[in-house]
Amino acid sequence: MSLKRNILDLRKRKDQVRLGGGEEAIEKQAAMGKMTARARIHAIVDEGSFHEYDMFVEHVGTDFDMGSKVLAGDGVVIGTGTIYGSSVCLYAQDFTVAGGSLGLMHSRKITKIMDHALKMRVPLIGINDSGGARIQEGVNSLAGYGEIFFRNTLSSGVIPQISVILGPCAGGAVYSPALTDFVFVVENISKMFITGPAVIKSVLGEDISMEALGGARVHAEITGNAHFYALSEKECFEQIKQLITYIPWNNTHKAKAFPPQEPKTKLKIENIVPADARLPYDIRDIIKTITDGSEFFEIMELFAANIVIGFGRMNGETIGFVANQPLVLAGVLDCDSSDKAARFIRYCNAFNIPIITLEDMPGYLPGVDQEHAGVIRHGAKVLYAYSEATVPKITVIIRKAYGGGYIAMNSRHLRADFVFAWPTAEIAVMGPEGAANIVFRKEIAEAEDPEAMRAQKVQEYKDKFANPYVAASKGYIDEVIEPQETRKILLHALRISAGKDVQGPAKKHGLPPF
Amino acid sequence: MFRDQLKNTDFHHFNQNLRIMADKENKQYIIVHSAKYETTYTKKYLNRKVWEEPNFNNINSYIPGTIIDILVKVGQVLNEGDSIIVLEAMKMYNDIQMPFKGRILKINIEKGQKIPKNFLMMEIEPVD
Repeated sequence: MSLKRNILDLRKRKDQVRLGGGEEAIEKQAAMGKMTARARIHAIVDEGSFHEYDMFVEHVGTDFDMGSKVLAGDGVVIGTGTIYGSSVCLYAQDFTVAGGSLGLMHSRKITKIMDHALKMRVPLIGINDSGGARIQEGVNSLAGYGEIFFRNTLSSGVIPQISVILGPCAGGAVYSPALTDFVFVVENISKMFITGPAVIKSVLGEDISMEALGGARVHAEITGNAHFYALSEKECFEQIKQLITYIPWNNTHKAKAFPPQEPKTKLKIENIVPADARLPYDIRDIIKTITDGSEFFEIMELFAANIVIGFGRMNGETIGFVANQPLVLAGVLDCDSSDKAARFIRYCNAFNIPIITLEDMPGYLPGVDQEHAGVIRHGAKVLYAYSEATVPKITVIIRKAYGGGYIAMNSRHLRADFVFAWPTAEIAVMGPEGAANIVFRKEIAEAEDPEAMRAQKVQEYKDKFANPYVAASKGYIDEVIEPQETRKILLHALRISAGKDVQGPAKKHGLPPF
Repeated sequence: MFRDQLKNTDFHHFNQNLRIMADKENKQYIIVHSAKYETTYTKKYLNRKVWEEPNFNNINSYIPGTIIDILVKVGQVLNEGDSIIVLEAMKMYNDIQMPFKGRILKINIEKGQKIPKNFLMMEIEPVD
């Protein structure tokens, strides 16, 4: 056999594997609006940069006539490539091959690329599109999931881990994405749940569609399991690529720096915020007056929108923003927003991303539902995450900083490096209305005109405490700044913090309240 | 090269259409510490469960399921811990018992009936 024949034979074999589950299955996949596993990978990585491994791996199932079946690549594609020149490891489950079901060798391929990603300290992107465990392989399939979850945990905080849900991801399979840093979902395509509609109906009698139970929108808005929501796979891939530009390869690096840019927005920072602390505005408009090119890459946009998290750049470097959103639920902290912020703060800390906190919040959301849902332990996560973080931590208090919320939002007391306040800032134990009702209860009750007295006392309290100067007089605020100086001062503070080096006491790990 | 590649892709403001904007016509408010803030609600906030004081004279199902057996009749007086209903749920027989000594006032279920969660199965009253 000449070398040429060997090469032709190899090509034939590879082409056969690349066909996955065959043309009919590929057509079915397309009919569901879904791309094939390899097409998805090629859409994410730089052109021509992808190399696939383990193409000739075969499944080992023998029971239930599986021995005679050929499953191309055992239903999963693994490999390495680059995104804007940065190395990544990827895997993509191939739904056209046995429904992307996870058998032993399928899982071994995934764990191989996971081990590789951890060893090489590069990000891991996993595309999930699988009917679940390959029932015919029994407990081997469960073992496979377990090996994946273990590696997700091992890699957590070391390399960025990204999960993309592009099809069903049900039962135990959902726990790999849940253990990773960022989960991407696409409308009408992503489905995630522990128990599906059929089981729920037969056991509980509750009739719900797959989309309403665990569709993309549900996870982006209600459960908080997804971080990015897109209307098409193409949009989803663009989101992934953009995310990759904001995060470092691993926890010993910083994110790649870009050339610095001035903000582009025409909005004037001093005109965005209404003077009346009870009126709303969009905090993202403030962020855009601060960041390079006015770019802000928001994370979990639809979930707990009362807090805004995301990445922007300042002087070309990635910054994590955490900001109360007065536009939604007055920007209160509650169970969901605490959970959302705390996880993001920990992400930034793990991956050397400085955190800028913009504060304008009236306190915690009142309600029995909140108390019973555990707002105490969820709220504590924010305190924990900020206190624990050793990356540069800078706070700007824009208006309201009341009570426990003031402490939680990266206050001086949690070792913020810099705390700035606008002259409109109100740092107090609670808002003037509530405080006056308590402090002047007697005077108000005994007055001839209690309402007039209340208004007078509210004003009195406001004049005395609803400002940044009381806190500044104690050194809790480092500087009261003019709004239009915000970007300049933040840039300065970031420059000063660049070499920050603090270490907490040695420990195995802390016990955050989760 | 990095930057140039980015320029060619328009990925600003995904889901702009989904942004939650303040509705100027239909203002929404939230009250925290006696202060009333103009803002907008989330779907989850609007769908939150409003707390009600529990009525201990109502025997509600704590899980959806099927009534396998009704062990009591209206008017009957029973002691705390006496079995009154067998409710099958999640392939298990749940023994529903009297929470205190009392009389059965009303039975709202039949044998074989499938009931949702929180269904008012029986009404009782305490007996000294």
